[in-house]
Amino acid sequence: MSDVRIITGNEAAALAVKRAEPGVIAAYPITPQTRLAEVLSEYVEKGELKAEYVRVESEHSSMTVCISASTVGARVFTATSSNGLLYMHEQLHWAAGSRLPVVMCCVNRGVGAPWSIFNDQQDSFSQRDTGWIQLYCRDNQEILDTVLQAYRIAEEVYLPVMVCYDGFVLSHTMMPVDVPDAGLVKKFLPPYRPHTILSPEDPKTINPVFFASRRENADGVLCDGYMEMRYKMQAAFERSRTVINAASDEWAKLSGRNHGGMIWEYMTEDADLILTGMGSIATEATLAADALRAEGIRAGVVGIRAFRPFPKEEVAQAFAKASAIAVFEKCISYGYEGGVCSDLKAALYGTDIKAPIHNYIAGLGGRDVKTRELVEAARTTFEAALAGDAGNKTIWLNCHTG
Amino acid sequence: MHETIFNINEKEYILPGNRACQGCGLSLAYRYILKALRENTIVGIPPSCLCVLHGLYPTTSVIVPALNTTFAGNAASAAGMVAGLRALNRTDITVLALSGDGGTYDIGIQSLSGAAERNTDFIFACYDNEAYMNTGTQRSSATPLGALTTTTPVLTKQEPKKDFLKIMEAHHIPYLATVSPAYPVDLYDKFVRAKKIRGTRYIQIDTPCPPGWGYPTADTVRIGRLAVETGLFILFEIEDGRFRFTGRSKTMAERGKLIPLVNYVERQGRFKKMSIEQLGTLQASVNSRWEECLKRAEG
Repeated sequence: MSDVRIITGNEAAALAVKRAEPGVIAAYPITPQTRLAEVLSEYVEKGELKAEYVRVESEHSSMTVCISASTVGARVFTATSSNGLLYMHEQLHWAAGSRLPVVMCCVNRGVGAPWSIFNDQQDSFSQRDTGWIQLYCRDNQEILDTVLQAYRIAEEVYLPVMVCYDGFVLSHTMMPVDVPDAGLVKKFLPPYRPHTILSPEDPKTINPVFFASRRENADGVLCDGYMEMRYKMQAAFERSRTVINAASDEWAKLSGRNHGGMIWEYMTEDADLILTGMGSIATEATLAADALRAEGIRAGVVGIRAFRPFPKEEVAQAFAKASAIAVFEKCISYGYEGGVCSDLKAALYGTDIKAPIHNYIAGLGGRDVKTRELVEAARTTFEAALAGDAGNKTIWLNCHTG
Repeated sequence: MHETIFNINEKEYILPGNRACQGCGLSLAYRYILKALRENTIVGIPPSCLCVLHGLYPTTSVIVPALNTTFAGNAASAAGMVAGLRALNRTDITVLALSGDGGTYDIGIQSLSGAAERNTDFIFACYDNEAYMNTGTQRSSATPLGALTTTTPVLTKQEPKKDFLKIMEAHHIPYLATVSPAYPVDLYDKFVRAKKIRGTRYIQIDTPCPPGWGYPTADTVRIGRLAVETGLFILFEIEDGRFRFTGRSKTMAERGKLIPLVNYVERQGRFKKMSIEQLGTLQASVNSRWEECLKRAEG
């Protein structure tokens, strides 16, 4: 029996967390994450969710609490945005290096200076190399379902997972969301089994100083050095590709909803022009594709759902027949181009795909991205390709650059 | 109930041979802390001398479970362990966060203040060796007036030591105490007492450091005793707001007099550039704090 509620993205995330039953939640308020932290505290204070809620004094501490609670064996959750995420930066590395299945929502917001409370994805993009799996959601239903999948993925590969969704655009916008019952979630999500138990019964010093080289333990067994630990983390990321797809498939079987694993596709089968992006801008791109098709341009959309690990094989397949590619993204690697665009180009290098790629930097600091703007931009890309212009470009969409 | 040296837990939790320096005040203190807290204890460690003491992977000479965390995060990490253990219904374990003065007075103050304000059920102990010793004796806010450090190498530290005990007392935590490894029975007693109390317990450990303070490695206990006998470091505890002297400081308060500070200062290389004025200022602040404690003990 379905239980459809009209709720915001933050409320959808909170309901997913409630169903995942973490033992410890730690959070510090920041716009636009705030409502998520509030709703969870209500669940805990009303006794609807049996969890320790630690109302920390900073984001650095919220992530630290999650790390250490996870180490002693509790499932954990936190959420943040923008500068809060940046303040966690040191601990993001620590969570990943400790191989802990921490799950966090990043409600995407532009970062200061200057201040913006509005949406772009520079916050999570700038944490790309911290060793977190990053999944981007396109609507509120996907937020709920992805949080549940995040626990399943994290606890299988022992890597932390960041569930990213656009501030205000999703976090504060109401949509119908089908809320799964607790029994269904239990079928999907087995209890958390920590990889190492920190307890007096088996004393260990966890995360001490490592030497560069491997060293023998007291029994003469050669143990990992720092570099082996790092290699194992990368190997876990490689393995996570299969796990992300499998979690998506299994959830689809149980719930009837499939948001895609590493990527999702919209009308790409015969598409000459492919629009791509992460999160709500990709949802917007599906409307643009419809409009372009009405004009007679065969357009489709590839949504990047997993930014890390990057879906290199999936994109090489999905873009195989495209003659023009337009990448829309709400972040930039200053001094180069949009981060998704760079990764996409790298993934397509050495394939037969020679389509020009236009990189549109859009919607920074909450600047509205309208469907017609995406349509116009994508049409320009398509016409350039038709005219034989094979050059790649970076264009700031709807931005006064004069 | 006070222990005598003969009743102290005989079990050793630090096996012979650790990576701390010869004469390390922390090694001595840590040995008695672990004896007092016994098996069902988890220790939180920031990057510091304690992290070095615990050794290099994959060997350690310390046989209690321990979790390393980042410099600013030791109190938050302990709060996470406490919350996680509670979520798993394990409330029989004592969580001890043990940080140096840098990880307490400076970079650690935010997470410690947060954890203490929430009355997190843990012990936070600061082994105060009065500078960043693990990185080679750089100035911290716990460094005393007139001390040479590698970042106050010419002029000495111009500011007085931060009164961190007052800051912690202002959090209205159930237990606060000072200890010195030069008085191990007093130290042991206080950790035994702290273990039985719920909520945030803060213990400050005066921790002589031969390389950082510039005295012979055999003199750690002597220097620690002089700190107490000069009144520079006062042994006391505050339980539920009630102040009382303990150990050597108690005896001194009852019938003794303070030894002049110069006896402490002249034995340490770090004070060799201390001016007469600085010594006078430091002596005056020791005297006034001693008077303040005497008054509190009466009231």
